[in-house]
Amino acid sequence: MVQILDLSAATQADLGSVAAIAKSAGVDFDDCYQCGKCSAGCPMAHEMDFLPRQVIRLLQLGQYQEALGAHTPWVCANCMVCSARCPQGVDIAAIMLSLRRAAKRAGLRPEKETDIFDDIFVGNIRRFGKSNEAVLAGMFNLKSGHLMQDVLNAPKMAVRGMIGPKLHSVHDKDAVRQLVDKCLAAEKAKGQAAQSGGEVSPS
Amino acid sequence: MKYAYFPGCSANSTGISFTLSADYVGGRIGLELEEIPDWCCCGTSAALVTSADLSLALPARSLALAEQHLPGLDVATPCAGCFASLKGAQHYVRRGTEQRAHVEQLIEMPYAATAEVYSFLEVMAQPEVSEQIASQLTTGLNGLKVASYYGCALVRPADVTQFEDPENPQSMDRLMELAGAEAISWAYKTECCGASHQISEPKGARLLVERIFADAAANGAEAIACACPLCLLNLDLREAEINATRQARGEQPFDIPIYYFTELLGAAMGGSAKQLGIDRHFWPAEALVQRAVSPSPAEPVLDDAGLKPDSADAPAAAPTAAPMAAPMATPEQPAEPAAEAPAAAPAEAAATPATAVAKEVADE
Repeated sequence: MVQILDLSAATQADLGSVAAIAKSAGVDFDDCYQCGKCSAGCPMAHEMDFLPRQVIRLLQLGQYQEALGAHTPWVCANCMVCSARCPQGVDIAAIMLSLRRAAKRAGLRPEKETDIFDDIFVGNIRRFGKSNEAVLAGMFNLKSGHLMQDVLNAPKMAVRGMIGPKLHSVHDKDAVRQLVDKCLAAEKAKGQAAQSGGEVSPS
Repeated sequence: MKYAYFPGCSANSTGISFTLSADYVGGRIGLELEEIPDWCCCGTSAALVTSADLSLALPARSLALAEQHLPGLDVATPCAGCFASLKGAQHYVRRGTEQRAHVEQLIEMPYAATAEVYSFLEVMAQPEVSEQIASQLTTGLNGLKVASYYGCALVRPADVTQFEDPENPQSMDRLMELAGAEAISWAYKTECCGASHQISEPKGARLLVERIFADAAANGAEAIACACPLCLLNLDLREAEINATRQARGEQPFDIPIYYFTELLGAAMGGSAKQLGIDRHFWPAEALVQRAVSPSPAEPVLDDAGLKPDSADAPAAAPTAAPMAAPMATPEQPAEPAAEAPAAAPAEAAATPATAVAKEVADE
């Protein structure tokens, strides 16, 4: 697929945001010489709009908005094969995480289902301190609208003692909730700082 | 041999068979586990994609509690995902005083990261523990062809998990060989199962599981061994669905049960399917393990020479081997793999003198 990018459209703010992604992921985008090994080994590549290599290329060219809106970081399963195999030691998986968090802070979620799933997961931890898998799956179906997904497996799981009516939770629920809230508030503050230009790196 | 035990959220639910089988094996070899008081969810990938701090704070809280209440004990966890999260927090805190202060401020508890964190696989692969396991074996697995599947979380990132070879790990293979299985060589032992994408992105993620089955089948695996509850669930729960899709495409289905490595160790020690949780799988797993632990009466058992009575199983194995070999069939030669399979199975096993000779002749 040939895509025309207007390279002159990269603003100072975009370049600053790209630098912030590099800092947060602990990488230097110039280390990547586009060999494509990351993308060759990526098990989810078939679902991506940009290959991992192409996401890095976008960032190298200052195309921050393109990279931020890419589905790739949300399709990434975080298996880290890319990072393990990069001949230049670029932590591609960390770039995907940084981009995804930045996109979420900016209110973007190109892959709705992945976002819903992870939000419910974290909400589960906030509420119970532990993950209750039946609650997770049930709430995912409700919130994503995939009401019947895996429903036929539920009775089988119940018979096998894999799910049950009993929810497990920590004793010190307040401690875990406060911890989750503290981290989520910090993420939110980062997002607000980015919107007011605070995420722009001085370099 | 005592550890601070981090069960993980799946231990009493989807990973129940891991708990049952690890308890069984642990009981037989004198493994002592003391549960970390009030441990919480490790956050796994959901915390990681949400907030870097959260992905550190959740596992660090449990590790700090272990340090406080179970001082001097290293931490052991069955789940590979929990292992990766716990190791991530420990590794971060060990990087320096600044990092340690950051985490302690997040969890509002002291955490010095003095204790080591081990997966159950690492615990059981230690030489002295493996010796214990060997001493408890009764029936053995009689040459069952097992593909050891490690997945992602144990091996990557290598500098954090400090596991063995990230591309070709061997510890589970060695345990399977120890239990009398034949650890097959295959290419997908550290490929991703899709993790939570099997729920959130099922359409794109099913292919990952199918590829794992296909490579195991192509290399002659009768069973896949796992060390992660999510890997096992993703393979075991989806095998029937993937087979239905394959049949609709005119392709051969798989017939490969998935086991926790502890289930296979426990079976080789004489544990029953019920004791080990093997009766709770989605893809039927009892018959194969039953066959593996029962030496066939049809052929003399060559135990004295340390040889496995594989060839005795060959007629029974053939129907299973045929559909498993089929994914490699070229479309224009559909009959060939089925015809090949009975001959190929004993030759590959090369376990009895007769087949060894046959192989030599064939090689010449």
